[in-house]
Amino acid sequence: MPNISEERSKPWRVALRESLKVKERMAIPRVVMPSLDPAYRAQNNEEVNLGLTPELAMQEAKRCIDCPEPTCMTGCPVNIYIPQFIKQIEVGEFAEAAKTLKITSALPAVCGRVCPQEKQCEAKCIHVRTGKDPVAIGHLERFAADYERESGNISVPTVAAPNGIKIAVVGSGPAGLSFAGDMVKFGYDVTVFEALHEIGGVLKYGIPEFRLPNYVIDVEINNLRDMGVKFMTNCIIGRTISMEDLKAEGYQGVFVGSGAGLPRFMNIKGENLVGIMSSNEYLTRVNLMDAANPESDTPVFKGKKVAVIGGGNTAMDSVRTALRLGAERAMIVYRRSEEEMPARIEEVHHAKEEGIIFMTLRNPIEFLGNEQGRVTHMIVQEMELGEPDASGRRSPIEKPGCTEIIEVDEVIISVGVSPNPLIPRSVEGLQLTKWGTIVVDEETMQTDIPMIFAGGDIVRGGATVILAMGDGRKAATSMHEWLQGKK
Amino acid sequence: MYLNFGFLLMNKIISKEYFSDKVVRLEVEAPLIAKARKAGHFVIVRVGKMGERIPLTIADADVEKGTITLVIQMTGVSSTKLGKLEVGDSITDLVGPLGKATHIENFGTVVCACGGVGTAPMLPIVRALKKAGNKVITVLAARTKELIILEEQMRSLSDELIVMTDDGSYGNKGLVTNGVETVLNREKVDLCVTIGPAIMMKFVSLLTKKYNIPTVASLNTIMVDGTGMCGACRVTVGGKVKFVCVDGPEFDAHQVDFDEMLMRLGGYKDFEREEMEKLSKLDKEG
Repeated sequence: MPNISEERSKPWRVALRESLKVKERMAIPRVVMPSLDPAYRAQNNEEVNLGLTPELAMQEAKRCIDCPEPTCMTGCPVNIYIPQFIKQIEVGEFAEAAKTLKITSALPAVCGRVCPQEKQCEAKCIHVRTGKDPVAIGHLERFAADYERESGNISVPTVAAPNGIKIAVVGSGPAGLSFAGDMVKFGYDVTVFEALHEIGGVLKYGIPEFRLPNYVIDVEINNLRDMGVKFMTNCIIGRTISMEDLKAEGYQGVFVGSGAGLPRFMNIKGENLVGIMSSNEYLTRVNLMDAANPESDTPVFKGKKVAVIGGGNTAMDSVRTALRLGAERAMIVYRRSEEEMPARIEEVHHAKEEGIIFMTLRNPIEFLGNEQGRVTHMIVQEMELGEPDASGRRSPIEKPGCTEIIEVDEVIISVGVSPNPLIPRSVEGLQLTKWGTIVVDEETMQTDIPMIFAGGDIVRGGATVILAMGDGRKAATSMHEWLQGKK
Repeated sequence: MYLNFGFLLMNKIISKEYFSDKVVRLEVEAPLIAKARKAGHFVIVRVGKMGERIPLTIADADVEKGTITLVIQMTGVSSTKLGKLEVGDSITDLVGPLGKATHIENFGTVVCACGGVGTAPMLPIVRALKKAGNKVITVLAARTKELIILEEQMRSLSDELIVMTDDGSYGNKGLVTNGVETVLNREKVDLCVTIGPAIMMKFVSLLTKKYNIPTVASLNTIMVDGTGMCGACRVTVGGKVKFVCVDGPEFDAHQVDFDEMLMRLGGYKDFEREEMEKLSKLDKEG
């Protein structure tokens, strides 16, 4: 691990800082990510954001003033060496920048694309304090990772000599992959067990191709494979193999990163009509099962009037998918106003550009169907914003008597997820909260069964990819300490 | 020893038997599932890289041989692709055991009502009930004589076997409910278990409700992941939404909204028909 101030005092960094005045750096406008034309991209599944060119990336890198105490790093859940990789980009050492990213992050090309940087690293950038746009850290991270992948010369991070200790990882989503990456670097013999037939968790079944292409994920997974991580699909810990089996096989530590896959429904009349489904089902059919492809055996409804209920990233992913599958009217129905939407601003912006209809301050109260049981209409209640609630958000309240009927032939419910009960239920003695999340020590991510650690959505409920990865890192460090202490 | 990855990933078919031209029994190498499964559990299978994920209840398992048995009725694209696999072929993906196992105890007298390929997953339940000391009366129903499967195995495991055919070509003429009602009129029954087409389970449930006999139905809904991730399999039980894959597949039949379940099962009928037409066209083209 590099020492931040030591690296910063190296002659090349000092010379670089002196080459351009801080004031001049601060005056450079933030780069705009090139993207596909909205009318074109709404017809296909191609990645919307095109990435930065080397010139754009080097120009953006100049905006970073190389702070002595980089606050941006504190905003990153995996503590990427941000100024270091950005300065490497500024001097054109793109492959080195990619190596720097991989010291702390198992999936930089993924994170550069899907992290809500505006709430994390970029929110802590010094530019923000002076009222300017933050350095586009996410765009630069993506640039370095993509550059390395496309160069065909992918560096495999160095790993410690094998220590022969077997570690099991339950779930191959962002938390599990990040944990596995760190543990294999420490020298452990790591096997990741995945219930589905593909590795990647939400990165594969949830986030669509137009936001995160599968080949990008697969390259990063293969990188972990090259580092020595073993993957086993179609295997459910607690079901196919019990915890006792793992112990008998000599596994000394288990990390549970099984996610919050259980979708919530609204429990309103007509919700089980045909054509109404969770965003998890819809996105799994399209992303994991490739249902829109005529070659695929998995079917999916291709509605013409599609309503997606909710305002998070999953809702945006679903509604933009519906559009790409041929919807004439693809609508977001959200009970608060746009200001309260939890989705990333960039996603909302992209959705609007593509022609998604936003129906805010509206909440469905009933679905109506035809004789075949297929949904045809929904009744929505108009809402208004009341006083701020405990979370600080203004809570929506019903406007009495104000309802309307909207024609729909497909409805996707995207109102959140709960922790998947499969693993917690099948591991005896694991302490759970009343919401079904696993109880861990917040510092160490260790559960009350000492050999079991947990992180990501199974601990937090529905959260973000990068927080899950941060948990994976934290759990790896503390499991390593715990195992070393046992010796 | 159990975690021999190559072995686990094979899912090789080691024997195949035709019960009829549309119903086959496959014995599949799956040592971990064979060891872990209990009566009532199911697996999810996928055939081919573009295959869909479908649920199948485990009909039997042999821990020594490391195999599980699946009985498949070739009605749709995926079941047909699976049923056409030969000995030596491998199932692309096979995961399980899933769902909650059947609750087994000594209830007293149990009537097991099964129809069609529902007979196969009933077999391990009958065996477990018998082992727990129950008197088991099995009612085995099919449309016609040719579609009766596993009769001998059922007969040897049950205290009594009643065979029903719709057309009277074998056993007694009539529906599964006629067979069940005969027993209910004759003696005290403590529990009824039913597995078969949704419509059959609905009528068994209506009948036993009339007689106030606790009844368990093993539901077979549309599924995608089978691990509680998507809710495609949701049903209404006692007014509440339940996921068949994690809360079931067995539920109190008297609480199940069978009409809603039947409606949801029909959701993808048009897609299925199209896919089957494509498949049979491919077959003809050779």
